[in-house]
Amino acid sequence: MIKKEFFLKGYKSILKPDSPAIALACCFVAIGALLKNVGFNIQESVLSTLLIYALPGSLVMAESILIGASLISIFFAVWFVNARLYPMAVSLFPLMMDDSQPKWKYYLSCHFIAVSAWLIMKSNYETIEKKDRVDFWIGIGSATLSVSVLATILGFYLADYLNKDMLMGLAILNPIYFTCMMVGAMKTLQITLSVTLGAILGPIFYFFSPEWSIILGGVVGGSIAYLLGEKNVN
Amino acid sequence: MSISVLLSIIVTSLATYLSRFLGVLSSLRIKESSKIFRWFNCLAYATLAALIARTIIFPVGALTDASYLSRLIVVLLSLGIFFITKKNFVYPTIFSAISIGIVNNFF
Repeated sequence: MIKKEFFLKGYKSILKPDSPAIALACCFVAIGALLKNVGFNIQESVLSTLLIYALPGSLVMAESILIGASLISIFFAVWFVNARLYPMAVSLFPLMMDDSQPKWKYYLSCHFIAVSAWLIMKSNYETIEKKDRVDFWIGIGSATLSVSVLATILGFYLADYLNKDMLMGLAILNPIYFTCMMVGAMKTLQITLSVTLGAILGPIFYFFSPEWSIILGGVVGGSIAYLLGEKNVN
Repeated sequence: MSISVLLSIIVTSLATYLSRFLGVLSSLRIKESSKIFRWFNCLAYATLAALIARTIIFPVGALTDASYLSRLIVVLLSLGIFFITKKNFVYPTIFSAISIGIVNNFF
């Protein structure tokens, strides 16, 4: 089963001074308030954070419900906007694959993949032995998910008290936090180029296709960064 | 719980889980020392950077109320604070939340 020692070590990573807890909580407060305004009740709001746990996906769902989109169009819109989770999984899970661990841990814990948990794992995995990394990861994911759920509840009940400036503050906080984290992660040529090119190409592609801009920006920017980085090393 | 909201939540969570699950299935055959792993690492960082840049430049929701210039100023100031405070994540984050409303009144 899950080793308690590593689970707790992961869970406690949310308490560190540079932890994403504040940024994560603030954006789920905003989501809680948004869901209430869309017409969700408290159970539905909690269930959606618990099951979806990916911000852009929740935003798309809320928008789709407002315009009365069909379930099939919701499925494809969300799949599209959350497609980034695929490369995120592929660039994280090989780090924790170990034959001594049962597969179900990987199949279930992939639900925790989200920017915050992913970045914490990326900057800490080397301190943990490979066979114990998945337990550590489950700890991180449980912590970030519980913060998100609590913040959703808070946001739901605060919805009527939040004014425009406060909502704006909650909305900018998250991209600023992640911008800083990405800049902080720029330690190798490949990652520096990936972050820079992605940030430039994503918005440029938006002019051609808003739906495809993130995927295209990521694939084109990331591939150029990879090739330039490999060439430089060789 | 109304059926349509519940169904929307289930459909959204399935669509989200799908990418995560396919990622794990692919990971079973990818070694962390392989080239394809390094490539996907670049793809992940670039995709996240594209997503964050898009959220700031072409926002949806509450951020649309802030002007383009005020968003740009807050991002640059926050990055400045990030470097001045020796890469502390918390100060620039809190600064941005407080300052966006104020900056937006001027620009």
